[in-house]
Amino acid sequence: MRRKIATLALCLLVCCGCAKRQEDLNTITLWHWMTDRQNALEELARRYEAQTGVKVKIDLYAPSDIYSQRIVASAQSQVLPDIYGILDKKEIFASFIQSGFVADLTEEFQKNVGAWEKMLFPKALDVNRFPEGNIYGVKAGIYGVPLDVTNIQMLYNKNLLQKAGIKTPPKTFQEFIAAGLALKRVGIAGLVSGWGEMWMVDCFASNYAFNIMGEEKVMATYRGEVPYTDSDWIKVFDIFKELSKKGILIEGIVTKPNKYAEQDFALGRAAFAFNGSWCVNVYHDMNSDLQYGTMLPPPINENLPMRIWGGAGSSLVVNNASVRKDKAIAFLKWLTEKDQQAYLAIETKNLPANREALESIPPILGEFASAMDLTTHPTIWPSNENGLVIEKFDKGIQSIIIGEKTPEEVAREVQAIKERELQKARP
Amino acid sequence: MAINKYIAERIAKGFSIHLFLILFTLTCLFPLFWMVRSALMSNATVFTDKSLIPKVINFGNFAEAWVEGNFGIYFFNSLLYTTSVVIGIVLIASLAAYAFSRLHFPGRNFFFYMFVAAMMIPLPGSFVPLYRLMIVLGLINTRIGYILCMINVGLSMSILLLKTFFDKLPPDLEDAARIDGCGRLGIWWHVALPLARPAIAVIVIFNSLIVWNEYILAALLLNDKSLMPLQRGLMVFQGAHSVDYPLLMAGLTIAAIPIILIYLAMQKHIVKGLSSGAIVG
Amino acid sequence: MNIKSPCWFRFQDYLKNFSFALPAILIFSVFYIFPFIEIFRLSFYEWNGITPAMRFVDFQNFAELMQDEIWWQSIGHAAYITFIALTFQNVLAFALALACDREIRMKRFYRIVFFIPPVLSEIVVGIIWQWILYAGLQDGQSIGLLNYWLVKSGLPHLVNDWLSDPQTALTCIAIVHSWKGFGWGFIMLLAGLQTIDRQLYEAARVDGASSWKLFTQVIIPMMVPVILVVVILTILGSMQVFVLVLSMVGQGLGYHTEVPVTRILSAMTGTNRFGYACAMGVNFGVILVMVSIAFRWLSNRMKQA
Repeated sequence: MRRKIATLALCLLVCCGCAKRQEDLNTITLWHWMTDRQNALEELARRYEAQTGVKVKIDLYAPSDIYSQRIVASAQSQVLPDIYGILDKKEIFASFIQSGFVADLTEEFQKNVGAWEKMLFPKALDVNRFPEGNIYGVKAGIYGVPLDVTNIQMLYNKNLLQKAGIKTPPKTFQEFIAAGLALKRVGIAGLVSGWGEMWMVDCFASNYAFNIMGEEKVMATYRGEVPYTDSDWIKVFDIFKELSKKGILIEGIVTKPNKYAEQDFALGRAAFAFNGSWCVNVYHDMNSDLQYGTMLPPPINENLPMRIWGGAGSSLVVNNASVRKDKAIAFLKWLTEKDQQAYLAIETKNLPANREALESIPPILGEFASAMDLTTHPTIWPSNENGLVIEKFDKGIQSIIIGEKTPEEVAREVQAIKERELQKARP
Repeated sequence: MAINKYIAERIAKGFSIHLFLILFTLTCLFPLFWMVRSALMSNATVFTDKSLIPKVINFGNFAEAWVEGNFGIYFFNSLLYTTSVVIGIVLIASLAAYAFSRLHFPGRNFFFYMFVAAMMIPLPGSFVPLYRLMIVLGLINTRIGYILCMINVGLSMSILLLKTFFDKLPPDLEDAARIDGCGRLGIWWHVALPLARPAIAVIVIFNSLIVWNEYILAALLLNDKSLMPLQRGLMVFQGAHSVDYPLLMAGLTIAAIPIILIYLAMQKHIVKGLSSGAIVG
Repeated sequence: MNIKSPCWFRFQDYLKNFSFALPAILIFSVFYIFPFIEIFRLSFYEWNGITPAMRFVDFQNFAELMQDEIWWQSIGHAAYITFIALTFQNVLAFALALACDREIRMKRFYRIVFFIPPVLSEIVVGIIWQWILYAGLQDGQSIGLLNYWLVKSGLPHLVNDWLSDPQTALTCIAIVHSWKGFGWGFIMLLAGLQTIDRQLYEAARVDGASSWKLFTQVIIPMMVPVILVVVILTILGSMQVFVLVLSMVGQGLGYHTEVPVTRILSAMTGTNRFGYACAMGVNFGVILVMVSIAFRWLSNRMKQA
């Protein structure tokens, strides 16, 4: 028996030892986190190999927080793949660039009078662009390639609205509250969203902050010139209080990861959802009969426009230290060409980054596409908030929703952290 | 009359004990049962039909999950990792535990308590230094690298268990072997290891559970899909099919069955191993 | 060296003995000690985890940590989960072990079943329990099984939003954690019970001791060492819980469900404060070691008594 075990141990050791491989100059490696796009990307990689002879290895790491940890660890160890994505704040993106992990693609984009640049949506490129004189001190230029574009809006379930006797989707926040109450009377939950993920809370709040006080005042807050206890910010917090108090939010919204929120909307458990354009694919998989439309989050202030988050859905960057840098850039260029973009749009039901590929998308995605002009995103703002303040802000909103804190209390707490961090940042 | 009363009391007592036990049996088995039951349904009814046995039984989900999730290759990897790590731990830990228990060298206690202390200090942030180290050693994205990491995870507990076991073992047999001319290594292999069988059974089971259910280190240290273990496949599968509950449940069932089988095969050794001295130290 | 002195022999002997422990010590040093030292070192830096430049800040991270209310709150939450695990889970495990230690039918069956929850992976447990505790309705019917049964059994006023109510969320997590963990305690305690000599029971019974007296004066004293092992493993396991928390409530519910490991992870990836996260890790390790040493001391006292 023991001899058997010893033999087995030896065999296993040999088996494991065989796994080593040599570096191959003709193989590009791409790391990503998108479980839903793995098959489509692998198929495209096969086509690319058939066309050019260059092999592309597509490695998927899920879930996305493990992916982010891996990217950070690889960056520190200087073993990033040829192509990868950065799933983090602009500030961290800037750190990657400053540490020399990301290739400057400006020249490539501007070749042939900007042929590549013109092919893609400007909004999608903005996310990857560092303008002249940015606060991060990064050399101006474009550093990433958008694979698709996205924006985050409100969706409404047509059948459920009808059931509650609502003819047209609400245009203002007051109408939205009224619709929510009408739905409640017939036993349907109003709004569902993945507010168990902090960034989605942040996104919703940010939309209304822009609508209530305008971009300039939000930026002034981030710079520390306007306090969070300002009456306009209280109004932002009040929105959550009102939604929660009137019973318009689905039960358990603060602990709902977005995938459960998507399930709720697709199965008709709530009439409105706040979700991004990637949801088209998800809803289609779950319930292909779902009848829904898109709308902007209903504005509260008529004098200022409603802005929604959007831009590049997923962007990829090229490793500056890679010996296969040129090949990697060529592959990304090919990936953003019309045919490949159309294939990706059809297979994964995401909005293509290439404008010419727009013809081939389903109508509901067209609705999303038409709102692209209204999009904004933290990555293109001139100033950004400190991560600790954001955490306090989002967690505070969750506390308002579960009814344990008032908007004023949360505003004071957020402001306290803000002042502490400002103090720290001063030399 | 008195006898009848005595019997009635005994029956009542036995009944209440069984009631108590059966209640907990149900809570233990129910989630498992619910998982299998839901795997047999279709997406249309899975949230509305709450009957215990679904009206329409649909085995197709298992086949679909197996193919969609690519579980075949993950399965092989998980089996390979589990057996390698467990064998590695048994050999390395028993050598070390034997040394800590029977052999003398300076610093013996220091090293032993180092292992004990490690059980208490978690390293939630250790992945970055670990990753850097694996690259320096050239072990990143290799099977052997992952196996060594996992051996380290189970090492402390196994050494502790085995050392307590060896401490209680009477030294007579070893003395006899020494007189017969056995060396240190021979005594370890021919005497100590066979005697430690009950404790080894415990180590095998506990470590199999840890390795089979591990996914964070695997996702961090391995790149190639062909090297990934089953739990990582499950994470990807969950990401891609979080909306299709029956399919997801079928995937979960597939991932849980082998470890339950391993456990069923080994379970009769656990209590024996533990009670023969491994924890009663 | 031709003259083999006794000293040389002794040295050779030590070397051979040491070589037995060498593989374990090597693996351990590489995969545990090195990361440990790195974390310790990084806890004195301010660093976002990416840029090569780090700033040495002395004990600043630790000073901030001492005043970090949320951090201490999260330790409190872990302590609460540990408390439930220690009382509810272990008392239950002991009761079940006592029941299974008797000569009853289906003993082996129970023994198998009670260890099934620990066998399952945390992913599986999280997904299934999330479903059981789900709040919300579909077609006027609760989706979550718990709420559904409460309605069915005529207790609709007890229906709750279990995981999003700060009053119940942490307790639900603690109960699921206990559910997953009680098999460990059960199996160890059962093993301990089986080492007690049956003749002791007989003798006590002949002396006319009641079951309760038997339990408190024979079983408990015999079981003290095993109970201590179970207690210490429960504490270490429960303080470090996090996969279950993430899979049941995500990042939600304000700060009500934060536990130390989720704080460390969010400092690392959410706010990109790597040094601070390492300081948290060091602080957490110190706390756990202190608790373990306290218990060791306590167990020695009890053994002597």
